[in-house]
Amino acid sequence: MAITVSRPKLNWSERLYLPAIAAGMAITIKHFKNMLFGRTKVTMQYPEEKWDSHMPEHYRGAPALVRDDTGRVRCVACQLCEFICPPRAIKIIPGEIPAGDRFAKVEKFPHEFDIDMIRCIYCGLCEEVCPEQAIYLRKDYAITGFTRADMVHNKEKLLEIGGVMHGVVLKWNEKK
Amino acid sequence: MDYFFLTISLVKIVALLAVVLGMMNYTVYAERRISALIQDRLGPNRVGPAGLFQPIADAAKFLLKEDFTPGHVNKFYYWLAPCLAMIPAITTLAVVPFGSTLFGVPMVIADINVGVLFVFAIASLGVYGIVIAGWSSNSKYPFLGGVRSTSQMISYELSLGLAVIPVFLLIGQLRLSEVVRYQIEHGWMIAPFVGDWANPHKWLLAIPMMISFVVFTIAIFAETNRLPFDLPEAETELVGGYHTEYGSMKFGLFFLGEYVAMITGSAIIVTLFLGGWHFPSIPDGSHGWGWGLVNIFIFFSKVAVLLFVFIWVRWTLPRFRYDQLMRLGWVFFFEIALANIFLAAIILAYFPQ
Amino acid sequence: MSALLFWIFALIMLGFGAAVVINRNPIASALSLVMCFMGLSSLFMSLDAFFIGIIQVLVYAGAVMVLFLFIIMLLDLRVETRRKTNVVAVGGGAVVALAFFIQIFFVIGQLSAAKQPFPPLSSPKVDDVHSVGLLLFSNYNLPFQIIGVLVLVATIGVIVLSKRELR
Ligand code: SF4
Ligand code: SF4
Repeated sequence: MAITVSRPKLNWSERLYLPAIAAGMAITIKHFKNMLFGRTKVTMQYPEEKWDSHMPEHYRGAPALVRDDTGRVRCVACQLCEFICPPRAIKIIPGEIPAGDRFAKVEKFPHEFDIDMIRCIYCGLCEEVCPEQAIYLRKDYAITGFTRADMVHNKEKLLEIGGVMHGVVLKWNEKK
Repeated sequence: MDYFFLTISLVKIVALLAVVLGMMNYTVYAERRISALIQDRLGPNRVGPAGLFQPIADAAKFLLKEDFTPGHVNKFYYWLAPCLAMIPAITTLAVVPFGSTLFGVPMVIADINVGVLFVFAIASLGVYGIVIAGWSSNSKYPFLGGVRSTSQMISYELSLGLAVIPVFLLIGQLRLSEVVRYQIEHGWMIAPFVGDWANPHKWLLAIPMMISFVVFTIAIFAETNRLPFDLPEAETELVGGYHTEYGSMKFGLFFLGEYVAMITGSAIIVTLFLGGWHFPSIPDGSHGWGWGLVNIFIFFSKVAVLLFVFIWVRWTLPRFRYDQLMRLGWVFFFEIALANIFLAAIILAYFPQ
Repeated sequence: MSALLFWIFALIMLGFGAAVVINRNPIASALSLVMCFMGLSSLFMSLDAFFIGIIQVLVYAGAVMVLFLFIIMLLDLRVETRRKTNVVAVGGGAVVALAFFIQIFFVIGQLSAAKQPFPPLSSPKVDDVHSVGLLLFSNYNLPFQIIGVLVLVATIGVIVLSKRELR
């Protein structure tokens, strides 16, 4: 159904526009003046001042792999994150854990784990889908590089960003 | 004598070009800083102290960018258009007296007796750059921008021309240096308190002059495609308007041409209504070359103040709709300017000094 | 100096005048005409007739030709560029033009008025704006007013006609 928006009837002083224009100019010059004399302060001088300390807990920065308290890489190369990732930024090549290892029962580990940070959209789905609490979005936001290859985070880089995650479930330690 | 004249003219041309082109670059910088301050930002402040070298960085960026020509354009005209956009704006400055005298040489390049008509004639050629850009780009948005600009410029040229007629009714001369001389003797056009302020005739005349000033300034806004009249390049409607298909320095020429047009427009407003290079109680160049330089400085300071107003208005007002623009031009300003001529004529005829 | 300028501007004028006819692209023709006007106005200015020269640019190059260009662009005439040259028509046209040229050449050669010497002006720098204005509003005031009314009538007529077509 068409809706007709009735236009307000303007009296002659409003139709002259000049008072409204003058009022607008007054507002902008006030902002100009306040900014010029440093009375408004809203801009952060980025590379010198950073907002890292203001960052909220739920900030979604670069995705990264984490180790647990025992130093084990938690990812089991189930490839769920690779599957869910909307822009297909993740590439995993799984490897088999040798029989003598303490965690041989886990069977798989990521032989290679690449996240293409050009593709990643920081959606956080990988973190959400991971059954092992192995991938988290950390607070790194300044991700730069000179080549496309630079922008691909490999496993070492991911583990370096991720660091150690405390307080996660350590189910493989008990299970036989 | 002849060679002396030629050399002096060349020196004046080069000096004025240097000043105006430098001013143009810093107007861009001022536009960016002032717009930022108005919007509670900071603007470019990294290159050099307080970002003062930003124009150099901008120029380097424009020059170093890949200068590509789209495949579907009309090559010759595509290249011609940016030059046509820049040249008229600069040429107009030839008749504007930008200072009193320096070592006895009048500070105006060509003091011709049809000064203001020359300004209008050359300014009206400025539309070709935009129209040809729109047409040769062979694409819809630039074309629409070009068409809009044509009709806008023609419409506002009328009010522009009519608005100055009261000034020349009063002075009886079209020479711009005469306009300045008159204002030195009788006070600025819109500020009768300069000079013999006790004369009631002057206060009466200030009414049509004020109307002229307002209409003329608004028409200059429209002629230079500045907001609120920037319909030829309205981003939200036409992508980039007539320069959508342009890149690197060719875009730069359009962009800077707009600023030169702004400077020229301000210079003409200053000359016609704000007393040119005159400032109360400051002597002219015949009292020594130092005062001559001061006069030039005063002229460009006035231009700078007007440029600030240009920028201030741009970051305050929203853009007009196209039909509103046309209505305003034809129904409003045209009539006001016409009635204003009659008002000025009546005052001049029936209330003699 | 001024003779050199005369030849330069005359060449510009004639060259672009020829380009108006020769160009197949209507836009190029229109722009050549603009350049032709510029050359003409420069010639006027080199005769110290600044007013006429400037009006030439202001009215023809600045307003009339812009509207022309506007219309040509909106119509988007592509047919003209595709048409083949008709040799017979071009040849015939050239012959007629040549005949006219020869005629005019001889007529002017015979004309006694063309041979009269022109004495230099008493004061070379006349204020042509003033003289044109004075002449127009004193000697030719009535014709001037009548032309004004005629143009007004024509304008109103055009508007009425074009509005009727809309309905
Ligand atoms: S955050 Fe989203 S886009 Fe980035 S790797 Fe994880 S799932 Fe893929
Ligand atoms: S990070 Fe998590 S979801 Fe991705 S492969 Fe490893 S265990 Fe699976």
